Amino acid sequence: METHAEAGKEGKPSCASVDLQGDSSLQVEISDAVSERDKVKFTVQTKSCLPHFAQTEFSVVRQHEEFIWLHDAYVENEEYAGLIIPPAPPRPDFEASREKLQKLGEGDSSVTREEFAKMKQELEAEYLAIFKKTVAMHEVFLQRLAAHPTLRRDHNFFVFLEYGQDLSVRGKNRKELLGGFLRNIVKSADEALITGMSGLKEVDDFFEHERTFLLEYHTRIRDACLRADRVMRAHKCLADDYIPISAALSSLGTQEVNQLRTSFLKLAELFERLRKLEGRVASDEDLKLSDMLRYYMRDSQAAKDLLYRRLRALADYENANKALDKARTRNREVRPAESHQQLCCQRFERLSDSAKQELMDFKSRRVSSFRKNLIELAELELKHAKAEEHRLLALLHLLWR
Amino acid sequence: MAAEREPPPLGDGKPTDFEDLEDGEDLFTSTVSTLESSPSSPEPASLPAEDISANSNGPKPTEVGLDDDREDLFAEATEEVSLDSPEREPILSSEPSPAVTPVTPTTLIAPRIESKSMSAPVIFDRSREEIEEEANGDIFDIEIGVSDPEKVGDGMNAYMAYRVTTKTSLSMFSKSEFSVKRRFSDFLGLHSKLASKYLHVGYIVPPAPEKSIVGMTKVKVGKEDSSSTEFVEKRRAALERYLQRTVKHPTLLQDPDLRQFLESSELPRAVNTQALSGAGILRMVNKAADAVNKMTIKMNESDAWFEEKQQQFENLDQQLRKLHASVEALVCHRKELSANTAAFAKSAAMLGNSEDHTALSRALSQLAEVEEKIDQLHQEQAFADFYMFSELLSDYIRLIAAVKGVFDHRMKCWQKWEDAQITLLKKREAEAKMMVANKPDKIQQAKNEIREEIEEWEAKVQQGERDFEQISKTIRKEVGRFEKERVKDFKTVIIKYLESLVQTQQQLIKYWEAFLPEAKAIA
Repeated sequence: METHAEAGKEGKPSCASVDLQGDSSLQVEISDAVSERDKVKFTVQTKSCLPHFAQTEFSVVRQHEEFIWLHDAYVENEEYAGLIIPPAPPRPDFEASREKLQKLGEGDSSVTREEFAKMKQELEAEYLAIFKKTVAMHEVFLQRLAAHPTLRRDHNFFVFLEYGQDLSVRGKNRKELLGGFLRNIVKSADEALITGMSGLKEVDDFFEHERTFLLEYHTRIRDACLRADRVMRAHKCLADDYIPISAALSSLGTQEVNQLRTSFLKLAELFERLRKLEGRVASDEDLKLSDMLRYYMRDSQAAKDLLYRRLRALADYENANKALDKARTRNREVRPAESHQQLCCQRFERLSDSAKQELMDFKSRRVSSFRKNLIELAELELKHAKAEEHRLLALLHLLWR
Repeated sequence: MAAEREPPPLGDGKPTDFEDLEDGEDLFTSTVSTLESSPSSPEPASLPAEDISANSNGPKPTEVGLDDDREDLFAEATEEVSLDSPEREPILSSEPSPAVTPVTPTTLIAPRIESKSMSAPVIFDRSREEIEEEANGDIFDIEIGVSDPEKVGDGMNAYMAYRVTTKTSLSMFSKSEFSVKRRFSDFLGLHSKLASKYLHVGYIVPPAPEKSIVGMTKVKVGKEDSSSTEFVEKRRAALERYLQRTVKHPTLLQDPDLRQFLESSELPRAVNTQALSGAGILRMVNKAADAVNKMTIKMNESDAWFEEKQQQFENLDQQLRKLHASVEALVCHRKELSANTAAFAKSAAMLGNSEDHTALSRALSQLAEVEEKIDQLHQEQAFADFYMFSELLSDYIRLIAAVKGVFDHRMKCWQKWEDAQITLLKKREAEAKMMVANKPDKIQQAKNEIREEIEEWEAKVQQGERDFEQISKTIRKEVGRFEKERVKDFKTVIIKYLESLVQTQQQLIKYWEAFLPEAKAIA
């Protein structure tokens, strides 16, 4: 689709949200995707010279639930507690688009055939855009894993990439969903508790700053993302409004027998072009702004989760210290208390170190991504505005003559 | 930009709203040739009664018809016209009556004469249409502005007073620049008077802006919010366009009621314009009755032109309504876009504040500023969408209703003529019967009576025929004028609207060009 071609990518959007270093030892991409009724089937293609894999090039078919399984496996793995786990891709959601297509199909008799064809075209393009986006989201998830020095070596990851059969991962049933929901609540409560805990002082300024920053940042980027979505939708609505206007002007033009005939017909043509231009502006805003904001909203949530895990480790460490002191005063079970405390300390320090690195990576990733997208957004807006201006001036000259 | 076609000066003529004409209008070339043939160069208002009753030279249908391939509507109107006809004399008249009596305006000699001229069938031997058309080509040197809405009074008796300013060099006005204060019901009153005088004889009287009980109540109650200021502005603009259209009409311009409206400092309150007044209700009833009658009148249309035109206006009406609805949706959505952009700008600013990377933070703040400016742009564009595009369409929808009304009046006129003929026939039959029956005593008196009646009805039939021909002629002329105005109006507005769109895009370019280096500066 032309919008994505303009983004300069190989036809795929949203790789733009994350700058990934090319590392040829493991390349993952989604080479194909098929939408079947409710499901989307992704073909994940891997190219690797790593010794672990049986072949250098192979493909498997995966569904969304299997991506989620992979993500959860990472999150639950203690080894990766000190890392920012790339956010899971959102579930493919064609509901809204499907509804609109259905409503169009049900028909509105006042709409002419051309108008109907145009509206259908618009909706189909929308459907296609959503489809492409979901593919890109899933792809970037895998690519971030493949690029991360630690995460790429995960056994589950290899299984995901290579295992030819269905992973038999069913979607979460209601109990599991509820469980997940409750876990989140527990997590926030826990976080509130441990931060409020007396004696739990943040020892590191860096983390203190990061925590305050991330809390505020996450809320605000979520806000910005929602509002950017609304702007994009309003813009799209506006573009769609040009369809009936163009059609009505066309009818008026064909009925006229005087000078207005040319004016109306040319104006109808213009509005048709404007519609396409405005539509492109809307979808560029969507890709460069909304999508980027959305991605970093999720990524900042993942960073927040990391901070929480570290905080939890700190709390455990503190508790272990207290237990050790108690054991020493009572002079009972000192040894186990000591070793426990040692473990907690190590864990905490390990987490802190890797978290620091991860957070700095997060920042640089974020800054470069914003920079790229904002530049591209400005360039595209300029391009479209100049094109629109050109068209308008051309028509004005024609009418002035 | 296109060169401004300066129409040939007529006396003190100054180009007014004719700037945006382009070469397709051969209007002026024909005018020039006509004027060069005339020794005196009068202002349009100094032409004597553009008498609509003169039917000596039948109108040539093709003159006002809209020919497919000819852009120049008035190529055939270029005839030698001598404006020094001896018949230019003031024609006094009796009081105006709603009957089928065409009214002709008085001349300049006595600008304040309230009387109206009676139609005299045989007055001018030159083609009236040519003068009309030539006059249309002239500049109507009169400019009307409606401004300074001011709330007068308090509570439910409050009303808005508007300043109506006239700038003119026409000598029928005593001053060249003057202004008066008028309220909305004054405008309605003016329209009501003009309509009662001119509509039924075939003149397309521009309709007044619509009442709005809800809108006015808000204003009366004193809500100073943006919706009531918007309402007042919408009304002010509509009143201005209404007056401008009315004075552009050469016949209406001559009307003393119009002059009084523009000039006199005190105007008797037009109370019959209130929606719920007795007169208002009567109007509604009449309208309903008319609608019923229209359905039952089966007219033998002898002139295909009228049928064609009616169909054309019907189609135009439908299309304009459709377009209008779509444009209203556009206005609404653009306002929504503006609001959403403003909200996004705020959250972008907040995000910029949170961002701890300095260069990115600055860029985000810049982005917020750009979005705020874009929001302003959207708002301004929405105004343009509305005041230029949408309001033009709704004006024309109502104008076409007036045109349809005029066609209906012609039908009623025909009906009246037809009825007169039927009655005459009946009377003649009665007379014949009387001749055959032999009753000598009462016969002479009855015979005389019936003879009188027959003469009376013969006159009515003649009058009916004349009236019908007159209204037909007037309508042809009016439709020609209307179509010309319509083309001009639309052309002007389309160009203005396109210019507003261009402006918006140019501003966008400016804003984004300023932002781009900021984005690139993120290190």
